[in-house]
Amino acid sequence: MSTTNPTASSPIEAAGEGVATYVDQRLGSNKFLARNLGKVFPDHWSFMLGEIALYSFIVILLSGVYLTLFFKPSMVEVIYDGSYVPLKGIEMSEAYSSTLDISFDVRGGLLIRQMHHWAALIFVAAIAVHMFRVFFTGAFRKPREFNWIIGVGLATLALAAGFSGYSLPDDLLSGNGLQIARGIVQSIPIIGTWGAFLLFGGEFPGTDFISRLYGIHILLVPGLILALVTVHLMLVWTQKHTQFPGPGRTNSNVVGYPLMPVYMAKAGGFFFIVFGICTLIAGLVTLNPIWVFGPYTPDQVSAGSQPDWYIGWLDGALRIMPNIESHLFGYTISWNILTPAVIMPGVVFTALAFYPFLEAWVTGDKREHHLLDRPRNNPTRTGIGVMAITFYGLLWIGGGNDIIATSFNLTINSITWFLRLTIFVLPPIAFVVTRRICLALQRRDRDKLLHGYETGRVLRLPHGEFIEVHEPINYKEMAVITSKTDIAPLPAPVKIDADGVANPYYRIKSIRAKLSHFFYAENIAKPTAAEIEAAQHHVAHDAALEAPLHAYEDADELHNRHGGVLHHPGMADSNADQLAQRAEH
Amino acid sequence: MKFLAARRRQPVVALAMLLFALVAVGGVYAAVGSVRPAEAAGAASSETQVEMGKQLYLQGCSSCHSLQAQGSTSGPTLIGVGAAAVDFQVGTGRMPLAAPGVQAAAGPPQYNAEETAALAAYVSSLAPGPAIPNAEQVDFGSADIAEGGVLFRVNCQQCHQAAGQGGALTQGKYAPSLMNATPTQMYEAMITGPQSMPVFSDSTLPGENKKAVIAYVDYLQTAADPGGLSLGRLGPVTEGLFLWTAVFGALIAVAVWIGIKAR
Amino acid sequence: MTEISTGPQAGGGEHAPAKLGYSPVADIPHRPRVADTDPKAARRAERQVSSMFLFSMLFVVLFFVAYIAIDKSANVYIPVFGVVGAMNITLGFTMGAAIFLIGAGAIQWAKKLMPDVEVVQERHDLSSPAEATGEAAANYERGKEESGFARFKIIRRTLIGAMVLFPIPLIVMLRDLWVSPPGNPSPSELLSTTLWKDGTRVVTDATYLPIRPEDIPVGGLVSAAPADLEEVQAAEGNLNARGKAAIILVRMDPADIVSQQGDGWDYQGIVAYSKICTHVGCPIALYEQRTHHLLCPCHQSTFDLSDSGNVVFGPAARRMPQLPIGVDVEGFIVAKAAFAEPVGPSFWERG
Repeated sequence: MSTTNPTASSPIEAAGEGVATYVDQRLGSNKFLARNLGKVFPDHWSFMLGEIALYSFIVILLSGVYLTLFFKPSMVEVIYDGSYVPLKGIEMSEAYSSTLDISFDVRGGLLIRQMHHWAALIFVAAIAVHMFRVFFTGAFRKPREFNWIIGVGLATLALAAGFSGYSLPDDLLSGNGLQIARGIVQSIPIIGTWGAFLLFGGEFPGTDFISRLYGIHILLVPGLILALVTVHLMLVWTQKHTQFPGPGRTNSNVVGYPLMPVYMAKAGGFFFIVFGICTLIAGLVTLNPIWVFGPYTPDQVSAGSQPDWYIGWLDGALRIMPNIESHLFGYTISWNILTPAVIMPGVVFTALAFYPFLEAWVTGDKREHHLLDRPRNNPTRTGIGVMAITFYGLLWIGGGNDIIATSFNLTINSITWFLRLTIFVLPPIAFVVTRRICLALQRRDRDKLLHGYETGRVLRLPHGEFIEVHEPINYKEMAVITSKTDIAPLPAPVKIDADGVANPYYRIKSIRAKLSHFFYAENIAKPTAAEIEAAQHHVAHDAALEAPLHAYEDADELHNRHGGVLHHPGMADSNADQLAQRAEH
Repeated sequence: MKFLAARRRQPVVALAMLLFALVAVGGVYAAVGSVRPAEAAGAASSETQVEMGKQLYLQGCSSCHSLQAQGSTSGPTLIGVGAAAVDFQVGTGRMPLAAPGVQAAAGPPQYNAEETAALAAYVSSLAPGPAIPNAEQVDFGSADIAEGGVLFRVNCQQCHQAAGQGGALTQGKYAPSLMNATPTQMYEAMITGPQSMPVFSDSTLPGENKKAVIAYVDYLQTAADPGGLSLGRLGPVTEGLFLWTAVFGALIAVAVWIGIKAR
Repeated sequence: MTEISTGPQAGGGEHAPAKLGYSPVADIPHRPRVADTDPKAARRAERQVSSMFLFSMLFVVLFFVAYIAIDKSANVYIPVFGVVGAMNITLGFTMGAAIFLIGAGAIQWAKKLMPDVEVVQERHDLSSPAEATGEAAANYERGKEESGFARFKIIRRTLIGAMVLFPIPLIVMLRDLWVSPPGNPSPSELLSTTLWKDGTRVVTDATYLPIRPEDIPVGGLVSAAPADLEEVQAAEGNLNARGKAAIILVRMDPADIVSQQGDGWDYQGIVAYSKICTHVGCPIALYEQRTHHLLCPCHQSTFDLSDSGNVVFGPAARRMPQLPIGVDVEGFIVAKAAFAEPVGPSFWERG
């Protein structure tokens, strides 16, 4: 019996109400619905990047389940007898053979396989772009540090999922990647040789690895990703999403659209769009054509072998590293492998995970931040981000150096040397250039706030002076520019205080002060309210001088003070036309 | 005329004149500098052919390969390279060398079929060497493509790439793409080992195996791409490039569309 | 000075010139969309959305038709795409369009027809109120007192000891991720031995035929393996032996050989080297016959086979191991000894 909504319009709605009551009596769900059906979500396109990752992950899960019904994770040798003629009668592992069956004999199998792989590429790319957005806008600051660390964990797991996934078909290209992985494990001092043997169940390639990788790829890693994504989303839900500064947006509210109906429609619609795009490209573009590579055997490799794009940076690092190896007391330490493949990524991911805490320590800022930073207002952070991207990009180029060489008529040797030099030179240059650009933009913002923006209209005043007319900025820009928070660098600590007591934390505090100075000393200060008032008076004055002239453009007839006609309809517009008109009369 | 004269001082006129001049000069050069038409007279006997080849050789090849084909610092000896080498190098336009560099690049042949045959006959008359394969030797119709694939992956893909798209060698050299190679050219390349390519003589890779390899490369040249657009069959590099440009471009375009206010 | 009357003030909404000070969202006049004011535009938007959903259903029907009608091995030529598999592109396009249009319709619905007035919601404090914190602290103290964890030192210490130790058996049982073969050889011993020994005949890869020196021309390259590889592979049921024993034979003019890893390890200009890169283990068969360089395509390590396989470029730190070869009584190429150093990538115990 419907008592809560006497105007229930249809039997379906009435039934739905019944269900809601049934569930509420067991779970207390109506409280949740009351609070959350109207929950407000801010609307900006860059907030959808994380959604791309989430939705492509769902596509991965769905298509992955389908693939598990057909794939056989076994390295037992079989003779292929399917539809693909160039491999008929060839000996290969059952894993490879079942992947060929999916691609050629199961209708729609190739579509699902390519959908799975394309969605995986999109997943990792979306995580990267989402991470950049969060980093450059400072969304990792209090209270979202945990979410940042979970995000870095998700990024690592995504790499593991991708690598384990594309290695499953046991084709020549991915098998070579596994061989390289085993070489990397083997290079680890003390435990590496045993580690490689335990991992592969003996020597390489053995007969265990694909089935081990299978369990890791379909159960362990996705399970961890699902768990972490759930926590990640719950935190976003309870802490509420951050928002860009703008009119009406403060640090203690959220401005946007309610969950039902607008956000549901937009987010739900975006899910179908991402799903649809994954399916479309899976149908239109070939991806990972394993039938061309051939089955894996440890004594063959193709020219132009690369891992999937998200591992390319590690491959590039391995390529450009010089050949340094040490031999001590009968033991070998392969710096040429450890540095690019173990030490460097370890440092990168650790630095990434701990960055929010470093920045909090450097600013001494313990406030909550729900309004996002504009990247220009934190030039050092933005510079560090661009520097990291430059470093990553150079390694990425290294990973494809042979294809770049053949495509652009260069030599692999010169590309390698070029990268060996620029990997040290280019990132610091990128940092400095980015910081300068950010500071310049800050000055521009200050100018805009004080003097309005230049209209390009030049006005000659009655006494002969030329001015360029400025117009005051609008509400949106004003709100955005004034949202900047000034952060003062921490003061240098006192080494010995007035009573002669030495400061036990002097060294660490002075490092902190120096870092703080490096981060924030050059920031352009926001103008005070009085300065802005004064400056805007000036702008309004100029605008008032010009205002009458706008009428000039619209008016049909214009007279001067003495009644003389300056302009009337039908009057000629140019000298030539005027002369012509006179000639007619 | 008045129309043109009135606009003669406009800046775009200079640009138009420049373009016209470039097109005119280039067009004339292309028309005049093209391959000479085939000579009407046919080679009656092999002796005339060798003589014709010698004349052609002295004209176009001896400056680098020396008058008796014994080689010099500019070009290796041709004594013993065999007709197959000449047919390959000249037939693919690699020789005469267009410009000095790390590697001779394929291009439009500078000699027609008759002249190439004459050159080949002359060089093979100097000393025995690999012969041009006959029609039976390159008839791969009954060869097993699967076996060809196995041999291709053992012997060829490490330089020419799994799909025959070519690959990088050291110092700017490269293994060329096989997508336009004819069966005869493939056979000749295998038995003569042009430039950096190793020699795959009939004793290490018997004729039947060569046919299988040729059959597989022919398959690669005509194969469909089952999954859609192939992106060059180069693997993850082009796939990643496509992802970051087309795919992500589309996704971000949609995200922006969702966020902006409707009209 | 001309007196000219001013015209009407232009502009509105959030782009109006601003006065300094906090401006709530409500202050900015809302700009309605076309569909908000014009019923014809609203109906047009409704038609757009519903037709997207309609086409989505249509594409699903087309999917079924394609699934049934198209032969799975058929190819089709499409401009720009080339010759592609017919089934994949049709299934992908129809299913993709069907799903995409649902999303496009939903978003168009939200953008054009659902209200786009921004709503404001206040955030609340994330940290708990003081009384909750106090209650938590009090409960914790009570619990700690009642458990006696702080009081009973021996209980505490032995408990910690037990908790630390119990996971260790779980870790130890991972030891047999690799079941050691009989004789318990260590990994480094296994990595240092291959099938090659004195007298092992060399056979061509894939065809398993023995090789005579006169078969290999100068500039020739042969991928080779030990003669017993086929039966070992069948007996062991894996590719491990192949992964270590794969070699290449190359022939160069004996005068071109600058140095070797041992005296007389070549045979009349034919040298045999391991095929496994000493960097991270990719197999190398990319041999440039003029420069005698062996180039690994994985990370561009380059070895000079005319000069003891020394590294001339790239990240590999060690030279390519050479296999000494000779000829047996029947005239076939054989190995004269095992490899003098472990093949493949470096490892800790390598020395």
